[in-house]
Amino acid sequence: MILQGIAFYVFAALLVASGVMVISSRNPVHSVLFLILAFFQAAGLCLLMGAEFIAMILVIVYVGAVAVLFLFVVMMLDINFRELRQGAMEVLPLGGLIGLILFAELAAVLGGWIVAPGVEKLAGSPTPSIDTVSNTVALGRLMYTQYVYLFQACGIVLLVAMIGAIVLTLRHRVGVRKQDIGAQLARRRDEVVAIRKVTTGEGV
Amino acid sequence: MEIGLGHYLTVSAIVFTLGVIGIFLNRKNVIIILMSIEMMLLAVNLNLVAFSTHLHDLVGQIFAMIILTVAAAEAAIGLAILVVYFRNRGSIRVEDINLMKG
Repeated sequence: MILQGIAFYVFAALLVASGVMVISSRNPVHSVLFLILAFFQAAGLCLLMGAEFIAMILVIVYVGAVAVLFLFVVMMLDINFRELRQGAMEVLPLGGLIGLILFAELAAVLGGWIVAPGVEKLAGSPTPSIDTVSNTVALGRLMYTQYVYLFQACGIVLLVAMIGAIVLTLRHRVGVRKQDIGAQLARRRDEVVAIRKVTTGEGV
Repeated sequence: MEIGLGHYLTVSAIVFTLGVIGIFLNRKNVIIILMSIEMMLLAVNLNLVAFSTHLHDLVGQIFAMIILTVAAAEAAIGLAILVVYFRNRGSIRVEDINLMKG
């Protein structure tokens, strides 16, 4: 139990610290790297809570896809980031105040959360005992049966996002010679081949 | 030292607040704003997972996965828009993004 406490405080402290570094570091590449660190710490917290599948998915999706995407874009765009930082200190008091108010409200609501007795009976899909079914199996059984439409809606969301990203970033360059299969297949022999009778010694 | 639901909710509240402050702090830099939004979504995910595991209800983890999907889609579309915008204007200053102003 003491080990759990130590692990929680280490993960939580690192998560908050890397979150602070994400929003305050001068170099966006450092921001992305600290974001990756924050995602890892969040995965650790999920692991500590017993949601193993979500923890691994956090690492795979957030670190492997989203953060690397950010890293690509930050490194690809040639931007003067120092200029973008200017004026940040002017809004710090206002932003800090709003953040503080928001945090106070969240802490007031969430900090004193008391779970009513007997709430387990109200669970929509009670977690099966970890001794019989592992977390991943239980999630799969739920997701592919009761929530299969939601699962497919997620697939549609991802498909639309993929097509959208491709359509947005596709660039039609002029002056690039590409293979046009339609034009190739549409050619007919009598359109492109001319047969001449060449008399000997005169040429065409 | 029992780590309960309140501890996890406090951590996610702090991370969410950091995301909000990050939007204020980096209001000229769209990339960091997008990262702040990712952090806020992460905090929401932590909240859902915390409630799901402490109330022994698996639906929260399903919801967390759906939020994950939406976050990934949002990052892809957002960064694609950013790349296209940078190609067209040569800058990503938030103040310059006012072409659609009526």
